[in-house]
Amino acid sequence: MPVKTYLQAISDGLRQEMQRDKRVYVIGEDVGVYGGAFKVTNGFQAEFGPWRVIDAPLAETAIVGSCTGAAIMGMRPVAEMQFADFVSCAWDQLVTVAAKQFYRAGTPIPIVVRCPSGGGFSGGPFHSQNPESSFAHIAGLKVVCPATPADAKGLLISAIEDPNPVIYFEHKHLYRRIKDEVPDERYTVPFGEARIHREGDDITVVTWGAMVYTADEAAEKLAEDGVSVEILDLRTVVPWDKKAVLRSVEKTSKVLVLHEDTRTGGFGAEIAATITEEAFESLDAPVKRIAAPDTPVPFSPPLEKAFIPQVDDVLAGLKDLAEY
Amino acid sequence: MAVAREAEPVGSLKEVREAGLDREDLLGVYRNMLLTRGIEERGHILYKQGKIPGSFYTGRGNEGASVGVATALGPEDVGTPLHRDMGVHVTRGVEPWRIFAQYMGRSDGPTRGRDGNVHMADARLGLIAMVSHLPAMLPVAVGCALAFRIREEKRVAVGWFGEGASARGDAHEAMTFAGTRRLPVVFVCDNNQWAYSTPTHLEYASETVADRAQAYGFEGVVVDGTDVLAVYREARRAIEKAREGGGPTLVECMTLRMEGHAVHDDASYVPKELFEEWAKRDPIERFRTWLRENADLTDDEEGEIASEIKKILNDAIKRADESPLPEAKTVTDGVFASPEDLDTPHHK
Repeated sequence: MPVKTYLQAISDGLRQEMQRDKRVYVIGEDVGVYGGAFKVTNGFQAEFGPWRVIDAPLAETAIVGSCTGAAIMGMRPVAEMQFADFVSCAWDQLVTVAAKQFYRAGTPIPIVVRCPSGGGFSGGPFHSQNPESSFAHIAGLKVVCPATPADAKGLLISAIEDPNPVIYFEHKHLYRRIKDEVPDERYTVPFGEARIHREGDDITVVTWGAMVYTADEAAEKLAEDGVSVEILDLRTVVPWDKKAVLRSVEKTSKVLVLHEDTRTGGFGAEIAATITEEAFESLDAPVKRIAAPDTPVPFSPPLEKAFIPQVDDVLAGLKDLAEY
Repeated sequence: MAVAREAEPVGSLKEVREAGLDREDLLGVYRNMLLTRGIEERGHILYKQGKIPGSFYTGRGNEGASVGVATALGPEDVGTPLHRDMGVHVTRGVEPWRIFAQYMGRSDGPTRGRDGNVHMADARLGLIAMVSHLPAMLPVAVGCALAFRIREEKRVAVGWFGEGASARGDAHEAMTFAGTRRLPVVFVCDNNQWAYSTPTHLEYASETVADRAQAYGFEGVVVDGTDVLAVYREARRAIEKAREGGGPTLVECMTLRMEGHAVHDDASYVPKELFEEWAKRDPIERFRTWLRENADLTDDEEGEIASEIKKILNDAIKRADESPLPEAKTVTDGVFASPEDLDTPHHK
């Protein structure tokens, strides 16, 4: 099986869907001639033409809003926010229009909004955020956060097939750093099914996106001390695989919820609350959360490092749990 | 100095025929205007009787503008009408009893009780349900036009907004995108001079809203929104131009909102003289007079139409009142669509 980067897997998945389904088109800033700020759509305009790979004006409201209209007219739009941070400019279109249209008016809105998210390279407050929990709170939106190249492709195809608005967070720090086997053929990865990234017996880590790898490094170190950590990669935050989380917690009896988004009101709080409600009897320690502090994402490297949960932070959290 | 074109009033039956309407069509337009007002008047009574929860909005004074534009739409065209545009729903053929069911939060309203007042649309008629954040519907209309352009279909989308909504960024982004790509979309501004209590000079600093069109690279036209035939002619011109690849047009229909923002609002901030002045230009009365003078509308015909409308309204309210309220246990149903929901005949 060919080995591909996370970025190439996204690009391949999108290209395959566009080749297969004429209703699928791409719209965003600099996605056409330039091939996208991160080159996800590199070469697409030459292959599919300017009306299926559309260079939009710098207008996120028009980009996402027009996707909704086109979707109602039978298209399958895939919008690119140049950075996930800019999706704030399209909040109204996602939250007010797209998310509520099916519940209110019975009109499905099959759109995908790709959002390159996450920090780790001094992008500063406006090029580093992970706003998944803001959207997870909105009824009617699905929220996808792939961690592996194979999932990045399969989840993107599922997102395009899905009859609902889907926000697809692709983590920039994984784009070229993470390589793995990705099938050439078309396949989907279902929403709401967590992946066991690492099997273990003593502590469960529930996480998603780039934090899967941070957790894995910490787990690797802790294995030297004889502590076995299970890592659950949620893959999708809405819907989230509650059953898999509860099953793992019942097995290990200790759980760490980890995310790169800020702490207060982060999606980890929802997971922790659910575990407490539904698996309290299985717990041998309080549910632990590790997340970014409640600040904007800082620019300067030492500050950013203090913001994004690091391997050592996770290791310390796991040790606390192991010793509890 | 205004840069938008000011549309002439419509003078004669001959001119109307040239614009594509025969006498039977004209009577249809008249019926639709009366039905529009009738639905809102009866809705207002139901509201006062406590049969309609929440709030209640009317488009009194805008019947000519809404019916005029909708009459110019082709059968495959689509649009995003707002809360002063009941005439669009009526002209496209929504069944009046469903509107009353919607008002009353019943199961048979187009939103099955999930949303209220004019926040509705029958997708089969090419209409998309509005949200309260009014100009948010303009990018949606532009997206419909984009789909038509991608597929090279000769269809047109119409996006409605008010002069208040013109202040929001959505309107700017929608027109910027539509202008750069010359998309087949017509922007219709219902300028009723008051955004709740805010007058026009606090919403825009240009002389007209249509003046902006030039900056977006397309034509703007200001039309008397109380002249249904002039609205029809300008809308048709704009729609056909868009259909033939000529790009967008901004049609601004000047009216006065003849009632409060919603029926709880007495509109005491609107000068009395303004109401008196515009009452003389009531779009329905104006068209009725025109029909009598130019198309030989008779007393008998008027009487027939009036009793026909009355019967439609009585039957509609009765049928709507028989529609059940939604069951509480359904509150969590239908947040997400299933794949089979994509096969329902909304828009193809």
